[in-house]
Amino acid sequence: MAGDITHHAALTLTDHLPILQVLVPFVAAPLIVFLGNRGLAWALSFIASAAAFVIAGLLLGHVIDGSVISYEIGGWAPPLGIEYRIDAANAFVLLLVSAISTLVLPYARTSIEAEVPRRHHTLFYASYMLCMTGLLGVTATGDAFNVFVFLEISSLSTYVLIAQGAHRDKRALTAAYDYLIMGTIGATFFVIGLGMLYMATGTLNMADLAERIATQGANRTVLAGFGFIIVGMGLKAALYPLHLWLPNAYTFAPSVVTVFLAATATKVAIYVLLRFMFSVFQPSFIYESSTIEFIILPLAILAMFAASVIAVFQRDMKRLLAYSSIAQIGYMLLGIGMLTETGLTAAIAHLFNHGITKAALFMGVGALVLKSGGSFFDRIQGLGRVMPFTAAAIVIGGLSLIGVPGTAGFISKWYLVQGALEKGWWPVAMLVVLSSLLAVIYVWQIVEALYLKAPAKDITAGEAPPAMLVPLWIMAAACIYFGLATDITVGAAQTAAAGLLAGSAGLGH
Amino acid sequence: METNTALLLALVLPALGTLGNIFLRDKANLRDSVTLGAAVATFLCVLTILGNVGNGTTAPLTLFEILPGLDLAFNVEPLGLLFALIASGLWIVTHVYAIGYMRGNKESHHPRFFACFSLAISAVMGIAFAANMLTLFLFYEILTLSTYPLVAHKGTAEAIRGARVYLGILIGTSIALLLVAVIWTYALAGTLTFAKGGILDGKVAGPLVAVLLGLYAFGIGKAALMPFHRWLPAAMVAPTPVSALLHAVAVVKAGVFTMLKVGVYIFGIDFLAATGASQWLIWLAGFSIVAASVVAMTKDNLKARLAYSTVSQLSYITLGMALATSMGALGGGMHIAMHAMGKITLFMCAGSIYVATHKTDISQMQGLGRVMPFTFAAFLIGALSIIGLPPLGGSWSKWLLIMGAADTGQWIMIAVLMVSSLLNVAYLLPLVGRGFFLKGQGIKADAKIAEASPLVWLPPVLTAFGCVVLFFYAGDIQTFLSPIVAAE
Repeated sequence: MAGDITHHAALTLTDHLPILQVLVPFVAAPLIVFLGNRGLAWALSFIASAAAFVIAGLLLGHVIDGSVISYEIGGWAPPLGIEYRIDAANAFVLLLVSAISTLVLPYARTSIEAEVPRRHHTLFYASYMLCMTGLLGVTATGDAFNVFVFLEISSLSTYVLIAQGAHRDKRALTAAYDYLIMGTIGATFFVIGLGMLYMATGTLNMADLAERIATQGANRTVLAGFGFIIVGMGLKAALYPLHLWLPNAYTFAPSVVTVFLAATATKVAIYVLLRFMFSVFQPSFIYESSTIEFIILPLAILAMFAASVIAVFQRDMKRLLAYSSIAQIGYMLLGIGMLTETGLTAAIAHLFNHGITKAALFMGVGALVLKSGGSFFDRIQGLGRVMPFTAAAIVIGGLSLIGVPGTAGFISKWYLVQGALEKGWWPVAMLVVLSSLLAVIYVWQIVEALYLKAPAKDITAGEAPPAMLVPLWIMAAACIYFGLATDITVGAAQTAAAGLLAGSAGLGH
Repeated sequence: METNTALLLALVLPALGTLGNIFLRDKANLRDSVTLGAAVATFLCVLTILGNVGNGTTAPLTLFEILPGLDLAFNVEPLGLLFALIASGLWIVTHVYAIGYMRGNKESHHPRFFACFSLAISAVMGIAFAANMLTLFLFYEILTLSTYPLVAHKGTAEAIRGARVYLGILIGTSIALLLVAVIWTYALAGTLTFAKGGILDGKVAGPLVAVLLGLYAFGIGKAALMPFHRWLPAAMVAPTPVSALLHAVAVVKAGVFTMLKVGVYIFGIDFLAATGASQWLIWLAGFSIVAASVVAMTKDNLKARLAYSTVSQLSYITLGMALATSMGALGGGMHIAMHAMGKITLFMCAGSIYVATHKTDISQMQGLGRVMPFTFAAFLIGALSIIGLPPLGGSWSKWLLIMGAADTGQWIMIAVLMVSSLLNVAYLLPLVGRGFFLKGQGIKADAKIAEASPLVWLPPVLTAFGCVVLFFYAGDIQTFLSPIVAAE
């Protein structure tokens, strides 16, 4: 609804919400370093994160009716100045990132105590805040180059966070190094793409870009730019087969980092893909459509199956879930590939639903690791009896991953199948449900390991500490809540999908 | 009590039984009494609904909206009410039996067992009272998941294997086929609310109707239509009370109940008859009836034999729906009740024999009738009801089904039903003969009665008596069900 754009020339604190969203964690990071105190570092991160969560909630409340907030940084009007644009699509992602972060932090305190040496804790929280800043910034900004800047902020801090896993397992260092190399290649591709677009259009503001690409049509430079951007972001989103960095990074990073990254980082990359595909370039962009049909769709389906099959053969629960994530990203891309409102709704809803599902599952693994010292099946087996609450929450997360009705995962699957049927894509609908069956297999391996085997001999009795159990159960409860009450998720996803499909019209001034 | 209050209570009370079992896990007697209380209260709630509504249909009670236009909603209609009455009534009997069985047999993990059992009943109530297909599907999956721990209960390699087959087939068919059917129906009709005369008339035509029906028929794995019947024999590793209530009554009946609901309220009998979309299903159901009976004859393990008998009997109900006549649908609906009463008797007898003698194979049961006369008498009556002989309940539903087949000129199906009765005789009665007339090893002619505790043998005697009672009330059941096929 292009008519409802609110322009803010900086009036009250409420009008500054878009920039505060990013600024709060950004300021928290250096403060944490200056204060240099472990307890304060945690408290500050938590406060910043909770504040970001409140801000994201307020923003989503503003834009869920389809309106758009445009914020000019420093009062410099776009396209010269940097613009932050909040609509239903990115407000929803902002909410996901900040909500996950706020729930992860209480959990983090206990978890990193066991996995990261104390002298690193302060810097850990600082990196964590920077990572969050980057993710929020990428999402909130309406400026293409700004996306790159924040992307690098989040990536660099992510490399540091993953490397912290080295205290438990040295392989975290190679995992972080792999991700550093591949992440940098991705970011470089992205920035090359941006450079080409800038050469062709002379602007970096997304709305402006959209307008100029629409009027001047596609030329070779623009097309090449588009290709570079998709590949670059595809790498960050772990689009199959650009996913090679992901399994090791998720497996060897500290549990908290895995929870946070799995639930947010790839989701933000998917959001950027959406933004570029639908807002900067138009959905009707003919070359783009064939890209989607011949490249994105087959890759999405390949991801759904190949990654699920690999997941079935994993003996390490963390790695199993990592491969499952790659498969689930396939679902999101499939939804995007349908280029219909239902398909996009499915993709955006799944972005959120899978975020909370994976957060619950990885939190569960973290609790198991705290007790047993490892995430291999032979370490976690039988823990269902020792840690009934943790295990029950993992089962709920697993059911949501399968897409059992009454859980969040079901809602996304419903829209995905409905979208495929609407387009008359029978085989695709069948492929979606068949790949869910693979999910049944790998989830049930976890369930059988937890409940039907005897625990290892050195395991002592006792549940995970409440600081871990409570966030874990909030996530598990969210998996059920969003499977039954879908006003927020489907509502926002539908508005966002409609906005995105309206193409650059939704971005016009 | 208001109907809707009673309806919600019927859903919640079994779940409270689950909680009771979890929180009172160390107090065995109190725990079992709480569950018994929940069972009786649930049954009373369903009776209240029966008193209030009779065989009418109530407006949907919407709890909340899951997706735009799709609610979590419940209502009462004759078919669902009949199913709820059977399941909740037999739950009381089975619970008493289960207490005797689990204690007498020294099974472990009682709290988990009874907690899952109660949860399964709660799911059954949800299925019975679901006002639309989405709600039904939700509880259908909860039923699968809550019965999985019961099948895996013993924790042996065999139990784990059986539970895998169980879960694999039930979840697999429901996600891969039923879910697609449900979403497709929604895409076609724009609604999933059960309505008299169906919701698909005029929305879809040609061979696609048969394809959609196929997705439903195979997707509802709980109806154990061949070739998706393997889960039922696999589930027999569960303790016998589970086989009795869940795998002879609640779970399998939830399957065929869903099948009838889909036939009557999604497609509509007239629509099916007009398009002929269910013709192929008649043949498949007929094949299932005969083939499963033949397999049953080859099984020496009593529970396995009963499982294949159930597969065969379930296809009677599927056949009733596929005939697409009002007689067929009524016969199918009535067979839910008749078969439930007969088969639960047989399973409880099997469990009673196992508790008393630890024998599972029919070939070892020579002469047991002399020491376990109550059990074997109950078995005889249950078997005669399954065979369909008067004066037992099973004769009426079979009669209606034959009438339905005659209505549509399906002479071969009449023959199938007759042959099936003969096969029933062949695989059920030999056990009784062996028990009473053959001499068993170590059993003297003047041996004293050596039944297990009355908690174990009395319930099957009661349900056997129920088979006789049902014979005289079959007319009432038919009248009760008649609105589901009555013209608008």
